[in-house]
Amino acid sequence: MSQSDYVVAAYGVVFVTLLIYVVIIAAKLARLERETSELAELARRKRG
Amino acid sequence: MSTSSLNSRPSKLPVPAIAATAAALVGLAIVFAFLVAPEDADQGISQRIFYFHVPIALTAYACFGWGAWKALRLLWTREERYDLESYVGVHMGTIFGALTLATGSIWAKASWGHWWVWDSNQLVLFLVLFLFYSAYFMLRFSIDEGPRRANVSAVYALFGVALIPVSFFAIRLAEDFIHPTTFNRDGPQMTGTMFLTFCICWLAISVLAYALYRVELLGKRLDTNLRELREALSGVGSTVPERGS
Repeated sequence: MSQSDYVVAAYGVVFVTLLIYVVIIAAKLARLERETSELAELARRKRG
Repeated sequence: MSTSSLNSRPSKLPVPAIAATAAALVGLAIVFAFLVAPEDADQGISQRIFYFHVPIALTAYACFGWGAWKALRLLWTREERYDLESYVGVHMGTIFGALTLATGSIWAKASWGHWWVWDSNQLVLFLVLFLFYSAYFMLRFSIDEGPRRANVSAVYALFGVALIPVSFFAIRLAEDFIHPTTFNRDGPQMTGTMFLTFCICWLAISVLAYALYRVELLGKRLDTNLRELREALSGVGSTVPERGS
């Protein structure tokens, strides 16, 4: 590996980690959205 | 744990604004690291890893310190919201700690020809700090949720903070010639442009860490609020679908 390959690898590790973090947060948001919908549906049923 | 105690203080800065600032600063930092900063005479292009590696390491220390500070606030004031803030701080520190080890290892391979050198106090002590805080999660999740878990986690997070100055000053206290010392009593050992680039990168990584901290905290609080809402609704009457069902 050349020196520039190591630089690309180091910055790539940071980028990929951030990307994984964004994916995890997106999955969590999707779950929260699903749970909120379930609770809203339940509240609607209780109301009438 | 009540929702009101978790959300008792509204945050001043909106998360989207912090995230946008972090994105802009990281972009600027990359431009400075690759296009503005001059190439190092000794190490060549591999020295550019320094601009992200060192700020990430300093941010990891800051996150662990932040987690410990929030733990102290929890023990001092008994306000439960500090438990979550301490946990998220330690979590961020662990992520940035892992990145420090990964980027440092790549830089070590490029500069020294080895992925890891056990003779370096700085490296080994940082690894000890990282492993100590990694064990925090095992301890935390082995205890049922409640005040006991919050207190035990806080005490553990506080103990770990003692390792931060030891790790940070290890290279200065011991005669460690393997890991380079960029900042010593004579100031930063680099040119003005290099130092400016380093400062921009440090600011960018710090703001990025703060943005991630706030996003994660927001998610955790939403989770808690939803759980309370679910419990409140299930207490009213009919069957409530369980989480994940």
